[in-house]
Amino acid sequence: MTRLVMGPFSRVEGDLEVRLDVEDGQVAAAFVTAPLYRGFEQILRGRPPMDALVIAPRVCGICSVAQSAAAARALGAAMGLQPPLNGRFAADLIQSCENAVDHLTHFTLFFMPDFARPAYAGRPWHDEAVQRFAAMKGQSGRAATAARARMLHVVGILAGKWPHSLALQPGGTTKSIDMGERMRLLAVLAEFRAFLEHQIFADRLERVAALASAEALHGWAAEQPPQAGDFRLFLHIAEDLRLDQWGRGPQRFLSHGGPLGGAGMWRQGVVEPLDLSALREDVSHAWMTGAAVHPDHGLTLPDADKPDAYSWCKAPRLGGETAEVGALARQLIAGHPLVRDLVALSDGRGNVRDRVIARILELALLVPAMEGWVRGIGIDGPYCLNGVMPDNAYGVGLVEAARGSLGHWLSVEDGRIANYQIVSPTTWNFSPRDGQGNPGPLEQALVGVPVVEGDDMPLMVQHIVRSFDPCLNCTVH
Amino acid sequence: MITTDTKSITAVWVQAASCGGCTMSALGAEPGGLVEALERAGIELLWHPSLSEDGGAAVLDLLEDCRNGVRAFDVLCVEGAVLQGPNGSGRFHILAGSGRPMARWVADLARQARFVVAAGSCAPYGSIPSPGGPTEATGLQFCGEDVGGVLGEGWRSRGGMPVINVAGCAPHPGWLIETLMALAQGLLGPQDLDDFGRPRFWANHLAHHGCARNEYYEFKASAAEHSQLGCLMENLGCMATQAAGDCNLRVWNGSGGSCTNAGYACVNCTSPGFEEPGSPFLETAKFAGIPVGLPVDMPKAWFVALSALSKSATPDRVRKNARQNRVVIPPRRRPRP
Repeated sequence: MTRLVMGPFSRVEGDLEVRLDVEDGQVAAAFVTAPLYRGFEQILRGRPPMDALVIAPRVCGICSVAQSAAAARALGAAMGLQPPLNGRFAADLIQSCENAVDHLTHFTLFFMPDFARPAYAGRPWHDEAVQRFAAMKGQSGRAATAARARMLHVVGILAGKWPHSLALQPGGTTKSIDMGERMRLLAVLAEFRAFLEHQIFADRLERVAALASAEALHGWAAEQPPQAGDFRLFLHIAEDLRLDQWGRGPQRFLSHGGPLGGAGMWRQGVVEPLDLSALREDVSHAWMTGAAVHPDHGLTLPDADKPDAYSWCKAPRLGGETAEVGALARQLIAGHPLVRDLVALSDGRGNVRDRVIARILELALLVPAMEGWVRGIGIDGPYCLNGVMPDNAYGVGLVEAARGSLGHWLSVEDGRIANYQIVSPTTWNFSPRDGQGNPGPLEQALVGVPVVEGDDMPLMVQHIVRSFDPCLNCTVH
Repeated sequence: MITTDTKSITAVWVQAASCGGCTMSALGAEPGGLVEALERAGIELLWHPSLSEDGGAAVLDLLEDCRNGVRAFDVLCVEGAVLQGPNGSGRFHILAGSGRPMARWVADLARQARFVVAAGSCAPYGSIPSPGGPTEATGLQFCGEDVGGVLGEGWRSRGGMPVINVAGCAPHPGWLIETLMALAQGLLGPQDLDDFGRPRFWANHLAHHGCARNEYYEFKASAAEHSQLGCLMENLGCMATQAAGDCNLRVWNGSGGSCTNAGYACVNCTSPGFEEPGSPFLETAKFAGIPVGLPVDMPKAWFVALSALSKSATPDRVRKNARQNRVVIPPRRRPRP
């Protein structure tokens, strides 16, 4: 057996190390290390509860709005507040904008550049991949970066800036828009739609969103040559490299639900109601003291010298089991027929190709939904309700960040934060082993991948890692 | 493509204990995004963790050559606080694949760079991971308001500059791009930085300058609750009259973006210690009904007197609109003669 230590990874959010035990030319076991600890849960403790609106989003500069939304919801639950309709539309717009630009950034700047690497020279699609996706040079990457910046004007109008806004409050949002701002939102969305329909899909968003089976997707891809749209090029590459065969996750998916679909746990082909009372954060292989407990009782106390520990990431388990989170889980549980079919054809598991398809599909779903919400915002009516935080209170904020399920668990005692625990998407996907020795989803997905001796960063391992759209910043709060 | 005549300079970007938000903000530089903005600025990125193709040994070799002086480079950009804990070991952040604490990488690389740019509020001052917090976080040349940090008070880069603090959580992409551009052009010197190491071209302004709520401020017509139109200073914790930044002169994320325009307080995120205001964010700390945090260069008695005077002169329109979430009383027109 040989041991391979991979890191640092470029084009993942935050710092990541992966150790591989290689036997007979393939991965026998993988160990995922989040090598940074920042201590947010300790920093939040003892503060005035509303300070969470400032501090918690700074867990992550990539899913900052998602962290904001989770904090606002946890505080709102503790205060018994529900945002009014305008505030809900505005919050959904702000968060969906972040999710959309995160998906686009992941696809064009983080995931696709690997196919432009010299190792793939000679593949029929390689020249096209280089021209479009070569890191920092590719034309699609550049066009997407420009489109992303323009799309973030949605957040500029509704939330002042991105990242790290305070517009999302427990009782709604802080910005009431006028007719002109509403029209500007529609114009920004129209521009982003035009970019997607030209550059990514070479087709109408509604046609892509309506693809209802793997066969329909295959037929759609074959309608035009592979270079007609970045998504079609990806499907072509995925077929050539058999990306649907690699990076298989657990047969369990989890979603907190959001404006595009409901919450649930998918297990063996069935959606079950989401019951987070069985959630435990196991710390047996994390550099943390304590036992496997529910976030209500979580502590997050570091112990850098703990034997057998290898990550600052805890291991969330629901009923003792791992689960995969992300766009694939979200659309699977929401019941999108294409995603249901893809997962069924993949033995009930996620894979590299399908995770990417689900994200791109969400781009096609999000923009029309956002257009509808802008039209739904009333010219009159409140955006934000006010309330009082009781001296002793409890609240949970569950949202879906671009890369999956995010939860904040808040307890307030004597007017101060008594406990604040965060379970973020990559904590689920990139968790270390638990007390029973069960590997986390990525650790499981890497087993069996071929590794050529002397290759210090095997590309298929990198594809699998990036297919989860990891955000280690969130993970290592 | 527009490029400057200046020969391009090289930059290495590293992320210490960061949220990644400085990179994400910079990526949205307009027009065209970060990579094109850097090209126009004459900056060649040797490595950026979020954008570069390579990882693994290729990067570690590059960083190793840079820190040993084998590979010359011009600018080190650091994002995120430097973690010195536990117990000074730096083990709260070991750079992946290297086995070495990021604190040592940063210190070594800084000594070889011609210029060191600390992006955000964490790399300059420690900030969000909280100096005095659980991770022994610090900034590069400050720890909170205290000069020192990783590199020490008297430290100067090979180019003769202290650490250049492009502060802000997250900083405006323009602050960063224009700072790098000025370095590439050889135009930024020590005299162009303020006491906290921030480039004066943006830090000599206040976030208050150009605030769209100016009329409400002038008449002390204040919002009582979020989403109302009035001034945010008296009740909702806005510190824009004390905060360094041209936030309302150059806007954020398109036309009209800024914290105050979006209806919430400036939390003074460009200043060291912003993360510990000593009282709740989004509430104005008051003593005897008067905000504690008044503009620092104005006699308090005058501020109170002028406030009383302007409150007594507040037009009904301004007073009423201040407590609404949209204009209910439009400005009156002068009657036709």
